[in-house]
Amino acid sequence: MRITVTVDGTSYTDDVEPRTLLVHYLRERLGKVGTVVGCDTSNCGACTVHLDGHSVKSCSVLAVQAHGSEVTTIEGLARDGQLHPVQQAFHDNHALQCGFCTPGMIMQSIDLLSDNPDPDEHAVREGLEGNLCRCTGYQNIVKAVRDAAHHMRPGAGPEAERVTGADTGSRTASSVGGGGE
Amino acid sequence: MIPAPFDYVAPSTVDDAVRALADAGEDAKVLAGGQSLLPVLRVRLAAPTKIIDLGKVAELRGVREEGDHLVIGSMTTHYDVQRDPLIAEHAALLARATDTVADPQVRHRGTFGGSIAHADPAGDLLAPALALDCEMVIRGMDGQRTVAAADFFEDFFTTSLAPDEILVEVRVPKHTGWHAHYEKFNRVAQAWSMVAVAATVRTDGDTIAEARVALTNMSSVPVRARGVEEALVGQPATAESIRAAAEHAAEGTNPTVDGNADVEYRQHLARVLTGRAISAAMAG
Ligand SMILES: Cc1cc2nc3c(=O)[nH]c(=O)nc-3n(C[C@H](O)[C@H](O)[C@H](O)COP(=O)(O)OP(=O)(O)OC[C@H]3O[C@@H](n4cnc5c(N)ncnc54)[C@H](O)[C@@H]3O)c2cc1C
Ligand code: FES
Ligand code: FES
Repeated sequence: MRITVTVDGTSYTDDVEPRTLLVHYLRERLGKVGTVVGCDTSNCGACTVHLDGHSVKSCSVLAVQAHGSEVTTIEGLARDGQLHPVQQAFHDNHALQCGFCTPGMIMQSIDLLSDNPDPDEHAVREGLEGNLCRCTGYQNIVKAVRDAAHHMRPGAGPEAERVTGADTGSRTASSVGGGGE
Repeated sequence: MIPAPFDYVAPSTVDDAVRALADAGEDAKVLAGGQSLLPVLRVRLAAPTKIIDLGKVAELRGVREEGDHLVIGSMTTHYDVQRDPLIAEHAALLARATDTVADPQVRHRGTFGGSIAHADPAGDLLAPALALDCEMVIRGMDGQRTVAAADFFEDFFTTSLAPDEILVEVRVPKHTGWHAHYEKFNRVAQAWSMVAVAATVRTDGDTIAEARVALTNMSSVPVRARGVEEALVGQPATAESIRAAAEHAAEGTNPTVDGNADVEYRQHLARVLTGRAISAAMAG
């Protein structure tokens, strides 16, 4: 079946088998291997991407269901070599050890911050409920998300992914996440 | 793992979806949010030959008012149910229960109708649907029929939906201004309910005028705690009267035994959680 999907700002048209999972389409057809598979049960969240601006587990969506939609992966966040503020905050706060959960954690954190720009610790933990980490014990992940919140202004989710956004260059990390101004 | 091969269609109207389902025969499956079906297909516990995706059927999405009912389209996502202003005003119990379902990613995709049709006894939206006396509106080639929640859930993962029928919407009698709470007991994040209690209460001054209480995972289907409801009506909303009423929660239940809990423990949970649910509803 033929599908057209925009991934990280580029439009792709491909023939796929209906049973192809979105995550396999991203990794194996488009080479977007930043998005990983960590389980067989839809629990771990490592495969989290944004589908039309909302986080989803890409192992639990068919590629054909994404026809006509926009997908953002972890590979689509940095702008001109500058990390997204959530990526930067994970780096600054040592919020990873092996790093396997990190792409999903970051995508879900951005989704959380677009719904709640200033989450307290409890809200961060609830918001990341669908993402499992086997290394860190979560402490520094929670710290990183709250740190990122302080560096970003409201509306960082879909806004920050807008490829045509004006304010995407030079200064501090926060200029990447602000979007729209 | 990946699913076994299947044909896929994504009709844009309910009529086309019903026809596609009828034409495809017994081996076809409807796909809603896919958050229960795709995990099952991935581990090949099922291998339908045809998938009818309801994702493009716009008329199945959204919430509207019809007199003293709300009508919730079956493809309305958990995320939208959590935020819908009509549901918040007239059926708060549904929103509170939906808050406890899975995790944010699953709630972005999973649907209200999909949960109801899937009928997992640990599913969190069945007991609220029963407590609120919802009606399921079902469409097939022979037309439309409506089934009360009390008759809809038949057994584990089994409803009165025929294989060639689609759940199109759920009619919810308005419970405007009722207090509501869903008390869920589980042990780890994004886990299903071991037992949970859906409670909604209407007060008249300091007196409980009406109460609806239903239990999750205390049987193969959701069950109403009629004894609790009767004990609450006419009582002052005090800790004492709530505790006394909650003692009736497990009456007549015959819960299943699994690795998490035996019968006695589940019945104990039902009583404790019922007390908590009603107290939290009154406080909220
Ligand atoms: C990690 C994880 C944790 C979860 N935790 C919880 C939880 O704590 N509580 C809870 O309640 N749920 C939980 N769920 C399940 C979630 O709520 C699902 O969204 C829901 O059970 C099914 O809805 P769906 O729209 O995804 O349906 P699908 O997966 O698309 O379909 C489920 C079944 O229902 C049938 N069906 C769907 N829609 C219709 C329709 N309109 N007419 C006829 N048949 C239909 C399908 O054919 C299929 O057999 C969890 C899921 C995951 C992946
Ligand atoms: S790979 Fe684990 S949830 Fe998708
Ligand atoms: S850093 Fe290893 S799983 Fe999270």
